[in-house]
Amino acid sequence: MTLDKLLVVAAALFCCGLYTVMTRRNAVAVLMGVELILNATNINFVAFSFFLSRVMGGQIFAVFVIVLAAAEAAVALAIFLRMFATTGTVEVDVADQLKG
Amino acid sequence: MIRYAHLIPFLPLVSFFINVAIGKRLPRKGDWVSLATIATGLAMSIGIFYEVFRAYDPNFRYHVVVPWLNVGDRAVFNAGILIDNLTAVMLLVVTGVSFLVHLFSVGYMHGDPRYNRFFAYLSIFSFSMLGLVLSESLFFIYIFWELVGLSSYLLIGFWFEKKSAADACKKAFIVNRVGDFGFLIGILIIYATCGVLGYEEVFRAIGEGKLEGTLLTLAGIGVFCGAVGKSAQFPLHVWLPDAMEGPTPVSALIHAATMVAAGVYLVGRVYPIFTPDAFLVIAYIGLITLFLAATIALTQNDIKKVLAYSTTSQLGFMIMGLGVGGFTAGLAHLTTHAAFKACLFLGSGSVIHAVHSQDIQEMGALRKKMPITFVTFLIATLAIAGVPLFSGFYSKDMILGAALEFGMRNPQHLIIFFGALLTAGMTAFYMFRMVILTFFGKPRDHHKFDHAHESPPSMWVPLVILAALSFSFWYSGWFGTLIQKPRSVANLAQLSTAAAVPAAHGETAHGKGTESPHAAAPAAHGEPRGGASHDAEHDAHIAHTAHTYAMYSSVAVGSLGIFLAFVVYSFGWINPDRVANRLKPLYTFLLNKWYFDELYEATFVNGSKAFSRALAWFDLNVVDGLVNLAARLGIFLSWLIGVFDNKVVDGAVDGVANVTIASGSVLRRFQTGKLYHYIFALAGGALLIFLIKAF
Repeated sequence: MTLDKLLVVAAALFCCGLYTVMTRRNAVAVLMGVELILNATNINFVAFSFFLSRVMGGQIFAVFVIVLAAAEAAVALAIFLRMFATTGTVEVDVADQLKG
Repeated sequence: MIRYAHLIPFLPLVSFFINVAIGKRLPRKGDWVSLATIATGLAMSIGIFYEVFRAYDPNFRYHVVVPWLNVGDRAVFNAGILIDNLTAVMLLVVTGVSFLVHLFSVGYMHGDPRYNRFFAYLSIFSFSMLGLVLSESLFFIYIFWELVGLSSYLLIGFWFEKKSAADACKKAFIVNRVGDFGFLIGILIIYATCGVLGYEEVFRAIGEGKLEGTLLTLAGIGVFCGAVGKSAQFPLHVWLPDAMEGPTPVSALIHAATMVAAGVYLVGRVYPIFTPDAFLVIAYIGLITLFLAATIALTQNDIKKVLAYSTTSQLGFMIMGLGVGGFTAGLAHLTTHAAFKACLFLGSGSVIHAVHSQDIQEMGALRKKMPITFVTFLIATLAIAGVPLFSGFYSKDMILGAALEFGMRNPQHLIIFFGALLTAGMTAFYMFRMVILTFFGKPRDHHKFDHAHESPPSMWVPLVILAALSFSFWYSGWFGTLIQKPRSVANLAQLSTAAAVPAAHGETAHGKGTESPHAAAPAAHGEPRGGASHDAEHDAHIAHTAHTYAMYSSVAVGSLGIFLAFVVYSFGWINPDRVANRLKPLYTFLLNKWYFDELYEATFVNGSKAFSRALAWFDLNVVDGLVNLAARLGIFLSWLIGVFDNKVVDGAVDGVANVTIASGSVLRRFQTGKLYHYIFALAGGALLIFLIKAF
């Protein structure tokens, strides 16, 4: 188990998340992609912390990110509910009123 | 008393301010204020005259000067008073006549709506006239000169509701301005060359030769121009007859006794500066005036117009007398004339008051109705006609004597004497014509005759006093001794070919104390007289002969004139209408006053109107054109700036906006609103940074 392998896993996870965000129209799916990206980051934090640092900063930061992701998910799902109530759909392409 | 002389003019000035400010609210509308101040002035003048008379010195002089106005450190104008014998006499004349006229006006102006203002005007006139008499420099006499002109203007136009009165006061003022302009030029010449304006300083400076030759002649004639205007001499005599539109007391005070005599007084005051040439001009102007005015007076039917022309004629006598060297004669006539002419005017005022008409053809037989007016009027008429024992004889005889003496020395100028003699005859004729038509014969207008009545005492008392002053014994003797011709300061050597004529001649004659104080006339008159062989005795002989002949001839023509007047108008041996018809063109010519008004109307009035029109055209076209051009230029410039503003400045502002809009419309395309676009850009960007960092 080395750092390299962990980074590859994280990168793969990141790419999966990115792909999901870019390709999916459903807002809930996009949110899931975002969660994948956050978790890829978390792996990086923990991996770097474990291998390169003598303190626990990175691992504590990962905990913060998890908490933050939970909060974000709560806010995002509330927004989606309002969006569904207004437009009848959660397709992200529909929400383009602010485009230039 | 003489130490307080400077207060005399200020008394009427105070009364003027009181009457103007609160006269209406005072009891009797404030006439007593004016009367009291002028009476005080009269009392003080009598006191001064008494002191002067007691001194009985021909060279008496009381001269007080204080610096008044400093112009830098270059020029000092003095204020002060100069009292010599002439001033003392003039003070008496002015305050005396003024007081009597005030008194007369109380009755004459009774009930006038502007009663208090009339007295205020009389007071401001008295102030100005007294200041004029007392002033000791050309500067101050000019100030008061204008002030009397102003008072005259106000009083002539006192009844300004009448258009004729309003016109007359404007005419008087404007005509006087013409003369005053000449006066100003004379003063400026003197000031430019001598640098001083006090009479005595000027005489000294001219005596030192600072001003001589032609320029001195011009300065003298310039100053004389002022006298021509004020004393109504030809060619500026036209205003005086029209000035009769004023109330009659005003005519008596201003236009007979005092203000019009100011010109004569001025000539007497600056007598030493005149050169022989200037004297000739003065003499001939006087001659023309006295003849012209007398001929016009022959035909007039308005009682005041006759008196006005007679005044002009008598002023001509005075001026002519001064011009031919009769200094004492001219000023004596001024004094006597003031009394008898004021009496005549006030008498005519009394008559007008009684019959409410000024046309002597509508009067007649008034002697029964107005005995006091008649007697006083007759006495004054005898005086002006030159009947012996009356004052006019005394002074007019002196003038004629001086003219004849001048003519005998310079035979080419004998015409002055004969013209004056003829006019003296005409004077007697037209004055008696007026008296006969007014007081003798039968009433021609019974309605007016029945209403006639004697005037109240406040009106006839002045008449009696003035008539009493028309006898010659008041004047003979002391007048000739006290008022003597001053020595000329004009530089004779520069002017006369006969340089040998010693100026001392004059002194010699004076020293002898001859009966006639102007025996020395020729000394001032540097006419060529054939060398120095003459002596004082010969001079005295000529003077004596001249005066004897002049006296006989003046009595003769005077009597002839009176006789003719009775022949024509009383006995009816000659019908005046038939004579007028026979000489129709001449009669019309005289009746229309030699067409002077028409001539001036055609030349000066219309001339200045045409000139004004030309100026108006110039104003409308050239000046306005320039202004309009400037306006057009302004409009054009504004348009240009407007274009710049619209195109360049606004262009810049709009350009910024347009660039912003254009760049915005390009940039808005990137904001697609598609989430994957943003993510793609985000990831691509990150990848790009990663790649740049990696290599």
